[in-house]
Amino acid sequence: MWDYTEKVKDHFLNPRNVGEIENADCMGEVGSLACGDALKLTLRLDEKKEKIVDAKFLTFGCASAIASSSALTEIIKGMTIDSAAKVTNQDIADYLGELPEQKMHCSVMGREALEAAIANLRTGKTGVVELEGRVVCTCFGVTETEIERVIKENSLTEVEQVTNYCKAGGGCGGCRGEIERILLRTNAAAKPTVKPSKPGRLTVMQKIKMIDETIAREIRPSLVQDGGDIELVDVEGSRVIVALRGACSSCPASPVTMKDFIQAKLREFVADDLVVEEEKQ
Amino acid sequence: MKPIYLDNNATTRVADEVVEAMMPFFTEQYGNPSSMYALGGEAGHATRHAREQVAALLNCSPDEILFTSCGTESDNTSIHGVLEVAPAKRHLITSRVEHPAVRTTCRYFREQHGYALTELPVDAKGNLSLSELESSLRDDTALVSIMHANNETGVIFPLEEIAQIVKSHGVILHTDAVQTAGKLSLDMQKLPVDLLAISGHKLHAPKGIGALYVRRGTKLPPYLKGGHQESGKRAGTENVPYIVGFGKACELAMQNMEKENTSVKALRDKLQAGLLTGCQNAYVNGDETHRLPNTANISFEFIEGESILLLLDTLGVCASSGSACTSGSLEPSHVLRAMGVPFTRAHGSIRFSLSRYTTEDEVNVVIEKLPAIIERLRSMSPFGRK
Repeated sequence: MWDYTEKVKDHFLNPRNVGEIENADCMGEVGSLACGDALKLTLRLDEKKEKIVDAKFLTFGCASAIASSSALTEIIKGMTIDSAAKVTNQDIADYLGELPEQKMHCSVMGREALEAAIANLRTGKTGVVELEGRVVCTCFGVTETEIERVIKENSLTEVEQVTNYCKAGGGCGGCRGEIERILLRTNAAAKPTVKPSKPGRLTVMQKIKMIDETIAREIRPSLVQDGGDIELVDVEGSRVIVALRGACSSCPASPVTMKDFIQAKLREFVADDLVVEEEKQ
Repeated sequence: MKPIYLDNNATTRVADEVVEAMMPFFTEQYGNPSSMYALGGEAGHATRHAREQVAALLNCSPDEILFTSCGTESDNTSIHGVLEVAPAKRHLITSRVEHPAVRTTCRYFREQHGYALTELPVDAKGNLSLSELESSLRDDTALVSIMHANNETGVIFPLEEIAQIVKSHGVILHTDAVQTAGKLSLDMQKLPVDLLAISGHKLHAPKGIGALYVRRGTKLPPYLKGGHQESGKRAGTENVPYIVGFGKACELAMQNMEKENTSVKALRDKLQAGLLTGCQNAYVNGDETHRLPNTANISFEFIEGESILLLLDTLGVCASSGSACTSGSLEPSHVLRAMGVPFTRAHGSIRFSLSRYTTEDEVNVVIEKLPAIIERLRSMSPFGRK
């Protein structure tokens, strides 16, 4: 059984603002029956169309989805649209005390519905907000943009957390390797200060040692998680020759892995001019 | 508030008679059956008696019964053991609706050891295609593992026919009978199954005790290696009090099987009929003609199972759901999906499973109270109003 806070239980058993505002000023609708949760949010604004005077929700979902929707409407009632636009999923979770990790996606659904409603107000577009960016998780239709966003907003470091927050990777699991790479990339970009300073001139032996260490520390773990592996074959000047093993050797995405991931990591940690090549059979 | 416990496929209340039978083995007859003195002898005698009681439930010989710690251990022992003795055979057959104890173990062998795995599909009512089973059998098939009855829907597979097909090809057959032992008659003289797993806590014995029927002549190396207990087939000091309790529970199950199939079934039927009448857009999952007498799996469209369960819990009613939110994963039950139950129904599925302790008053409470819960959640759902 989930460990829900008293506040979550209260907002589930006595949800505030259930319903649908007739002739609402704007409306946001996210989720679907197939996904297991969905939320329809309707807002009424003041005469200047700046402030939210009423908010109502209809939710299909579990107790924490209903509680998150109820909390969302309570948070945004009385807010200006500009302030409401800054509400994050963490604000919803905080309002409820806390949500179980695996239920954080319920708070994200609340924030998404609010965004959809504000977009509806500003652009006049109704219905489902167009997905921004490339779809990474096809099971739940989660895009790269959305994954990057939950990582940044909630300081996530593990694939499992990303799944808890936006469901990506929670279906067939086929995209978990890609989520791992998005995590590495997003967090590396977010923390430029922790990047070790790159050394100046290196002897060949020093360079090989650093490349080998970078592969072991930064690259191999995420390939192994996908059932693959990597081996350093040779270093000739700035050319790094590697061999991909296991699942990686037959992976159609391996050219992308080579350039966008392996080469990027080696350039980041060893030297800017490195070019990674796959060993010719 | 005394709970209205309708989740007996998850676990059961331990019978008073079972507790009573177990108690002396904690504080008085606490010896180790392997010891040479009288105290150990008493424990050894009690273990032998319990083995006879379990064997009686399955109509087999006591030396064909192996005590384990749970149904999952019995399943793992079977699958690991059978594959170990036939390393050249690289193919496994199971069904898409197996309990994780079997499903995950078979997939482990596919993913970690490169075995070929056939997961047989089921139809919309949860029934297996026997012709598909037959055509899936190969020369290198090491094992077929098919459950007897499904824990979620209660659908019973035709074990006798399955066994005839599998044995006519000379392949080892393992069955997870955790949900049927104690509810349906299991006669190992008539069922040509090689390995059959059962569990104590599904039939009013405590959690932490299981058994594996191993047909005489079946080669099965120990899964837990160590001492010589269980005739060298399962190391580890015998859990004497639990073994005694399990034996007693099997004896009681035999006495109560008639009741399970008449009065418990009647209560289940009453519950199901009452809920289908009281709630709109409610559907039964699984073949009603081949189903455990105690189980009803009902889908309530447009709402989500966890919400239903938590509202039921406020009334003291315990049940379970195949919804994504209760499974700890993000996808609804693999069993309902294998049956092709649409997501709109799978998320709102509730399993009621009764026992001999279920009363008519309890069933009446659920029939009376659940429709209002369903209506309340539908009035909150963006789909429920359409």
